[in-house]
Amino acid sequence: MLRSEKRTHRLLRLYIPPDSGWRGTLSALSGFLACITVFCCEKGMPEFFTTLNSLIPQFFDKLLVIWEALPYILGGALVTAATIVGALGLGLILGIPMAVGQIYGPVPVRLFVRLYVWFFRGTPLLVLLFLFYFGLFQFIGLDVSAFVASCLVLGLTSAAYQSQIFRASISALPMGQMKAARALGMSDAQALRNVILPQALRLSIPGWSNEFSILLKDSALAYALGTPEIMARVNFVATRTYTHLPLYIVAAILYFIITLIGLYFLRALERRARIPGYNM
Amino acid sequence: MRPEYRYALMNTQTPHPPVLSMRNISITLGGRKILNSVSLDVERGELKVLIGPSGGGKSTFLQCMNLLVTPDAGSVSIEGASVNPHDKKALCRLRQDVGMIFQDFNLFDHLTAVKNVAIALRRVKGMSREAAEERAMHELGRVGLTDKADLYPAHLSGGQKQRVAIARALAMDPKVILLDEPTSALDPELVGEVLAVIRDLAKSGMTMIMATHQMDFATALASEILFMEQGNIIERGTPGSLLAPDSATRTRDFCTRLADM
Repeated sequence: MLRSEKRTHRLLRLYIPPDSGWRGTLSALSGFLACITVFCCEKGMPEFFTTLNSLIPQFFDKLLVIWEALPYILGGALVTAATIVGALGLGLILGIPMAVGQIYGPVPVRLFVRLYVWFFRGTPLLVLLFLFYFGLFQFIGLDVSAFVASCLVLGLTSAAYQSQIFRASISALPMGQMKAARALGMSDAQALRNVILPQALRLSIPGWSNEFSILLKDSALAYALGTPEIMARVNFVATRTYTHLPLYIVAAILYFIITLIGLYFLRALERRARIPGYNM
Repeated sequence: MRPEYRYALMNTQTPHPPVLSMRNISITLGGRKILNSVSLDVERGELKVLIGPSGGGKSTFLQCMNLLVTPDAGSVSIEGASVNPHDKKALCRLRQDVGMIFQDFNLFDHLTAVKNVAIALRRVKGMSREAAEERAMHELGRVGLTDKADLYPAHLSGGQKQRVAIARALAMDPKVILLDEPTSALDPELVGEVLAVIRDLAKSGMTMIMATHQMDFATALASEILFMEQGNIIERGTPGSLLAPDSATRTRDFCTRLADM
């Protein structure tokens, strides 16, 4: 940093009279800009671009492909977003009762949750997607689209992981909270609803945003079922136009942007839900 | 019939049932006998003080009184009505009538002081938000914390937290309050403010059972002191009889050692 600053100064010093202050610097810079403009006009802009195009083979062709395919790919981004909203929602709805059941439930419930978590955490997502979409759903006569199927499978998997996030948060609360709620005459359900979950869910937000970012990237596997999400659409265009490198970069950037947006909102949620003065 | 005889007969036939009555409570936890057939009756307006070494069963005994801990044997009855520990509705009713104050306060950390007091009024007693918060403010006023109503527990001192906990218990209009070493987790200079609130309660005729190590307080206010050790009440009596300078009781021995420290 320092070194490059020094270098700039040495170059500029030729043009800037000493002690000329920032006005002098500005006029020197505008002189540079003028030089570049004159150079471009004399050589001609098209020549500049043809040079670039020969440097990177068919640079503009590929740019054009991306440009033309962008609405189609962005449509895929919407499908991806819808998939993870559905899957995270399903995981949330199933995960909370599973966590509660594993901690407070009777033995059969605990056993069921443990088996469930063991199964979904122990099986690759790709296997689960095929197992449910081509196997189980057909077997039970459930006729769903690839999109719904991937939502369901991702949601069921996420429920297993989310239940463990919530279980950890509930166990992290002091035992006294439940005791105090019971001592006031609350039923266990009331204590959970009014005392335990409001605190446990707050504690869960950091772990939950982790789950969000992992699930978002796992959703690319839904491509294997033919769900028209980012990866499927990018792959479709790439194989047809032989523009693999730039298009996969576009796909990577899209996932990156969705992750950033989601994490931004989750951070905001975490800040809003913070209990004043309470750090755990 | 002679008048005094008739009076005695009335007393036995329509007995005024004790507010809270524990009969032969036994409990074994982790293979260790924590309580060994302990019984206790508490009459209206009494302040019973449980003392004794740690691990003696005081805390477990208190938690058996509102059935936070289910005893292996024995019964709990409130105003003469026995409570079935497996009937959830009866449990909730018992716990509304028996307030509890914990050693480490157990305020709900996600709620302000006033909401801590109001939440059970709203959810258990079904009061409206306005009515519940008005009642909560009244109870906070009783413990001198009106100006702290909108602070979260993390911003309150230990003494203030315990006073909020007392207000929370009082708001439910309990018939008895159980206090499980309410001042043991407090800095020494904060003990006074909490004891002052409990003293006011005792003077207003609240029925209380309190486990404590504050012997001066117990001596001044207790209607009976119970000394618990190894799951048994081994001595009981008025402070005057147990702590008289010439009495050779285990209680007095324990208290002199407390004072020596």
